[in-house]
Amino acid sequence: MTGTAPAIELRGISKAFGPVQANKDISIRVMPGTIHGIIGENGAGKSTLMSILYGFYKADKGEIFIHGQKTVIPDSQAAIAAGIGMVFQHFKLVENFTVLENVILGAEDGRLLRPSLARARKELKRLAEEYELNVDPDAVIEDIGVGMQQRVEILKALYRQADILILDEPTGVLTPAEADHLFRILDNLRNGGKTIILITHKLREIMEITDTVSVMRRGQMTATVTTAETSPEELAELMVGRKVLLRVDKAPAQPGDVVLAVENLNVTDEKGVQKLRDVSLSIRAGEILGIAGVAGNGQSELLEVLGGMCTATGRITLNGDDIDLSGRQSDGQSRRARGIAHVPEDRQREGLIMDFHAWENVAFGYHTDPAWRRGPLMDNAALQADTARKMEKFDVRPPDPWLAAKNFSGGNQQKIVVAREIERNPTLLLVGQPTRGVDIGAIEFIHNQIVALRDQGAAVLLVSVELDEILSLSDRVVVMFDGQIMGDGPASTANQIGLGCLMAGMGGADTTAMAGWTISDAAAPELMQEG
Amino acid sequence: MDYMTLLLILDSTVRLGTPLLLACLAGLFSERAGIFDIGLEGKMLAAAFFSGAVAAVSGSVWLGLLAGIGASLVLSALHGLASITFRGNQLISGVAVNFLAAGMTVVIAQDWFHQGGRTPSLMGGGRFTPITLPFAETLQDVPVIGPLYYHLISGHTALVYLAFACVPATWWLLYRTRFGLRLRAVGENPAAVDTAGVSVVGLRYAAVAICGILCGIAGAYLATALQAGFVKDMTAGRGYIALAALIFAKWRPWYALSATMLFGLLQAVALRYQNIDLGSFTIPVQVMDALPYILTVVILAGFVGKAIPPRAGGEPYIKER
Amino acid sequence: MDKMPKWADVILIPLISLLLAAILSALVILAIGEDPWAALKMMVQGALGSTYGWGYTLYYATNFIFTGLAVAVAFHARMFNIGGEGQAMLGGLGVALVCLFIPWPHWTLAVIAATISAGVFGALWAAVPAYLQAKRGSHIVITTIMFNFIASAVLNYMLVNVLRPQGAMDPATAKFPAATHLPTLHELLLPLGIKFSKAAPANVSLLIALAACVLVWLLIWRTRLGYEIRAFGFSESGAKYAGISPVKITIVAMLISGALAGLMAINTTMGEAERLVLNATEGAGFIGIAVALMGRSHPFGVLLAAILFGFLYQGGAELALWTNIPREMIVVIQALVILFTGALDNMVRIPLEKLFLSLRRKEG
Repeated sequence: MTGTAPAIELRGISKAFGPVQANKDISIRVMPGTIHGIIGENGAGKSTLMSILYGFYKADKGEIFIHGQKTVIPDSQAAIAAGIGMVFQHFKLVENFTVLENVILGAEDGRLLRPSLARARKELKRLAEEYELNVDPDAVIEDIGVGMQQRVEILKALYRQADILILDEPTGVLTPAEADHLFRILDNLRNGGKTIILITHKLREIMEITDTVSVMRRGQMTATVTTAETSPEELAELMVGRKVLLRVDKAPAQPGDVVLAVENLNVTDEKGVQKLRDVSLSIRAGEILGIAGVAGNGQSELLEVLGGMCTATGRITLNGDDIDLSGRQSDGQSRRARGIAHVPEDRQREGLIMDFHAWENVAFGYHTDPAWRRGPLMDNAALQADTARKMEKFDVRPPDPWLAAKNFSGGNQQKIVVAREIERNPTLLLVGQPTRGVDIGAIEFIHNQIVALRDQGAAVLLVSVELDEILSLSDRVVVMFDGQIMGDGPASTANQIGLGCLMAGMGGADTTAMAGWTISDAAAPELMQEG
Repeated sequence: MDYMTLLLILDSTVRLGTPLLLACLAGLFSERAGIFDIGLEGKMLAAAFFSGAVAAVSGSVWLGLLAGIGASLVLSALHGLASITFRGNQLISGVAVNFLAAGMTVVIAQDWFHQGGRTPSLMGGGRFTPITLPFAETLQDVPVIGPLYYHLISGHTALVYLAFACVPATWWLLYRTRFGLRLRAVGENPAAVDTAGVSVVGLRYAAVAICGILCGIAGAYLATALQAGFVKDMTAGRGYIALAALIFAKWRPWYALSATMLFGLLQAVALRYQNIDLGSFTIPVQVMDALPYILTVVILAGFVGKAIPPRAGGEPYIKER
Repeated sequence: MDKMPKWADVILIPLISLLLAAILSALVILAIGEDPWAALKMMVQGALGSTYGWGYTLYYATNFIFTGLAVAVAFHARMFNIGGEGQAMLGGLGVALVCLFIPWPHWTLAVIAATISAGVFGALWAAVPAYLQAKRGSHIVITTIMFNFIASAVLNYMLVNVLRPQGAMDPATAKFPAATHLPTLHELLLPLGIKFSKAAPANVSLLIALAACVLVWLLIWRTRLGYEIRAFGFSESGAKYAGISPVKITIVAMLISGALAGLMAINTTMGEAERLVLNATEGAGFIGIAVALMGRSHPFGVLLAAILFGFLYQGGAELALWTNIPREMIVVIQALVILFTGALDNMVRIPLEKLFLSLRRKEG
C-alpha cells in the first residue's frame, strides 16, 4: 500500500427501510485533511449514510474503514472512540447548561466536575485560538444564537478528540455572516489536519469550501469529482438528473383575473428565525403556480399562512378582499369559508387523523358544514354516502368508508385528502407535496385532478420538492431559497439546470437564459470568491 | 406571641417539615432525570408501614428503616419498569403506585397485626429517639441563644439531621459531580446524553432508585420518629404537598428546603391554632390547609416567578436517528 | 397498518390486563391465608346474589359511571383529569345548596335543579385548571391534584363554619327536606310489580347515569364538538390544520369532564346520604381513572367497567364483613387495574402485537 490511507472509506454500504432502499451500494474515500462535500436532493439518502457512520443505524451490507482500519460502529460511543464527531442539523445540546457543561457532558475526566471543567476551559481557549472557535465558556446555551450553538457542537466533537467531523446541513440555520464564519472555521480545521464531511444541498457552499464532492441521488452515489474540476452547472445536473418527465396532458392555461395576491409577506418563527422575507406573488384564475425549492426554504410557511395555520405580517388578498393574517379570522375554518382548500404537505400529521375512519376524514376541516348537520348532531349517514361517492370517483381502494385512514396505502390516503379538497370546488387550491410517497398510478390521477380543477377556473398554488412535478404541472414557476423568491417565470421556458441553480440560491448564465424569467437580485449572480 | 411559643412553633415546623423535605428531594432526583413522580405519597406510605412493622417485630428501628427503604425501592422499581422500560404513562403509573400502597399496607397490616390496619405502638429501640446535642443542657439558660439551641436545634431524631444534611449533599451531587451533570442533562435533553454515549435508561433508573431511598427514609420517619407506629393512610397527602413544594422550589435543592419548611410552618400553625384571629376578621384553619396548594397553583400559572419543569419530564425517551 | 385487529385492542387487551390484576389479587389473598376461590364466590353472592347486593353494586356503579365518563371525556382530548374527586366534592356543594335553600314542591323539579347545579359547580372547579392548561401551559395533572386538596379545604370550611346546623357536632349539613328525596330502585320498581330491596341505596340517579352514558356517546361520536375533541386528542397538528382551536377544546372538554364528575353528587348526596357530609366522594373520583382506562374511554366500556367496580366495592365490603380480607383489598385491585390497563399497557400490548403479526405472516 502506498501513500496515506483515507481517513474514511466506505465500501458498498446498503441500507433499506422496509421496501425503501435508502442507501444502495455506496462507496466513498475521503483523504485526511480534506473537506468532502456530499450533495443531493431531499431524500437522496445523505442523512441515512451519515447516521450509519455515527452508529445510529446498522448497515445491511458494506464495510467502514477508518484510517485504513476496518471498524464496526454499533453505537455513537464507538463512533466517538473511532474519532468521529457529528454536528447534527438539530443540535443535541442541553439548553439550560453552560457551554462548558455541554462540552464535557459524557466526556468527563472523573467523578468530580471541577477538574473536568478546568481542563475543558483551558482546552476551549486553545481551540478558540487555533480555529477561530471563540465562544464564552460560561454562557448558557439558550441565551446564545444558533451560530454560537453550532460552534459548541463543533467544540464538543473536538474536545472528544475527533479528527473526522461530519456536519449535516450546517448552514440551514445560519445567517450569511455566520455561515462565512463557519467556513473560516472549517478551513482552519482542515489546515489543522482534520477531515471534514459536509452534507448540504447548497451548491455555493460546495464550490466555496470543499476539495472533493460526491453527488447522491435516490440512495445511490452518482459521481465523485474534484471540486476544482467541476462546475455548479454540472453538479446541479448530476443532482437532479435527467429524469424522464412525467407527462401531464393539459391544454394551455387560460388565465383569468388575479385570484390571490400576496404582498410583502413576512413570517418569523417562535425561535426568532425569519422564515419568509418580503414574499410577493400572485396567481390568476385558471392557473397553476408551482413553488420550486429545496425543503425548508419557506415554502411550508407560505402554505401554512395561506391555509390559516400560522400568523404573518404583510398583505394577502383573495379576489381583491383582504385575508386576516393574525387575528380571529386567521384559522383554517375561516380560510375554508373563503373558498381556500388545502392539501397539506404532511398528510399523516395534518391532512388526516390516522385513527379516524375514511368518512370522518372526508369531513375533516369541513365538519362544521351545514350540509352535514342534522339538528345538533352531525349527519353521519349523509357523510358516509358522500364518502362512498368520492371514493368511487377518485378510485380510492378499498372503497370502504369505514376503514381507518392508517389502513390505506399512501396513495389512497392522499386521494382521500385530494378528493375532500378538490370536491369543494375551491377558488384557490393549496397543494403541498401532492405525490410524496404516492405510487405512480395515483400520481397521474392526482395530477389530472389538479389540472381539471384549474381548467374549471380555480387558482392553484403547488409546492413540491420534486422538480419534474413542478415542471410538468405548473403554468408558472416561482423558485424559493432562504425564505425569498429567487426567480419567477413561465414553466415552458424553465429548465432543470437553471432551476437547480436558483434553488441553490445562485443566479448566473443558466438562469438568465430562461426566456421570460425575472431573476431576483437576491440570487447571487456568480460565486462569491474566497477571501 | 412570646419567644418560647415561637420556638415551639418553629420546632414543630422542623418536625413536620422533615418528611416533606425528604420526599421533596426524592421527587427532585426523579423529576430532574425526566421521570415525573406523583407516587411519592405511595412510596412514603409503604415505607412507613414496613418500617413500623419491622421495627415493631424486631425491636430495632434501624432494621425498620432498612425495611422501609426496601419497600419504597420496590415501588420505585415498578414505576421505573412502567415508565422507563415499557415507556408507559408516568402519571398513570404514579397513581397506580399510590393506590397499591394505600391498599397493600392495610391488607398486610391487618393480616400481620389484626389491629385494624395499624402496627403495634413502637417502644424503646423501635423508635428513633431525640439526640441532645453537646452543651444543649448547659447552655439552656443563656438568654435568646440558649433556648434556641436547646429547643430548636438540639433534640431532634437522627433522621431530621440526616434530612437537613441531604440538602447540601443533593446540591453537591447535582452540581459538582459527573453523575449530577448527566442526571440533569437526561431530564432536559436525553438525546444529548444519548449521542454523548451515556445510557439514558441507566441514569433514569439510578435517579428513580435514589428517589425510592429518600421516600423510604421519609416514610420511616413518619412511623418511627414523628409517631410511634403505622396507622392507615398516615402520610395524609404529604407526598402531594412535597410535590407542590418541589414545584414551588423550581426543582432546586436549597429552595426545596425553604419551600418544605414554609409548608411545615403552615402545618405547625394550623396544628396549634385552629383559627387565626386578626382582629377584624379571622383566617380559618382550612385556609392554612389549602395554602400550600393555592401557592403552588399560583406559581404554576406563571403569574409570579414561572416554574419551568425539566424539559424532558414525563416523556419516555425513544431513540430517533 | 393496524398491528392487530380492533377487537383485540378493545376487548382482548383489557381482558388480559384484568386477568393479570385478578391473578395478582388472588395471590395476595392466598398470601394472607384466605381462599381466593371462596372469596370470589362470597363476593358474587354478596354483590349479585340478592336485590340488596345488586342495590349496592348499582349504587356504587352509578358513582363510577359519572367519574369514569369524566375521565374518559378528558382522555378523548388527550388530557388526564385526576381532579374528579375535587370536582365531585364541589358538585356535592352545588347539590346541597340547591336542596337546602330552595323549597321544592317535588323531587322531579329538585333533581333537575340539583343536576344542573352539581354540573355547574363541578365544571367551575375544572375551569381554572383548564384555563391554566390552555392559556398558561400549566400541567393539568398537577393543577387538578392541587384543586382536589383545595376542594377538600373549601368543603371542610363550608361544612364546619357555614352549613353545619347550630349545635351539631358533625361536619355535615342538615338533612335535606323530604321533598328532595330521590326515589330508590325499590320505590321505582314497586309499581312494576318487581320487589327490590328497600335497604339498598341505588336510586333514580342510576337512570341519570345511564342517560349520561348515552349523551356522552352522542357527544363524542355524533356531534361536531365531539368530533373536534377526538381530532384534537389524536393529533394537535391535525387540529391546527383543520382550524380547531386548542384553547377552546381544552377548556370545553375539561368543563364537560368536571360537570360529569360533579353529577356524581346527585347519587351520593341527594340520593343516598340526603345531606352533604365531609367524605361524600369516598375516592370515587380516582376510581374513575381505573374505570375509564378499563372501558377504553368508551361510554359503553365505562358502563361495564363501572358495574365491575361496583361489584368489587360491594363484594369487597362483604368480604371485609365475613373474612379476614379488609376492604382495602379493593384498592389493591383498583391499583392493579390502573397499573396493567394504564401504565403497563405496553407490556401486554407489545407481545400481543408480535403474536398477531406472526399469525398474519403464517396466513399470508
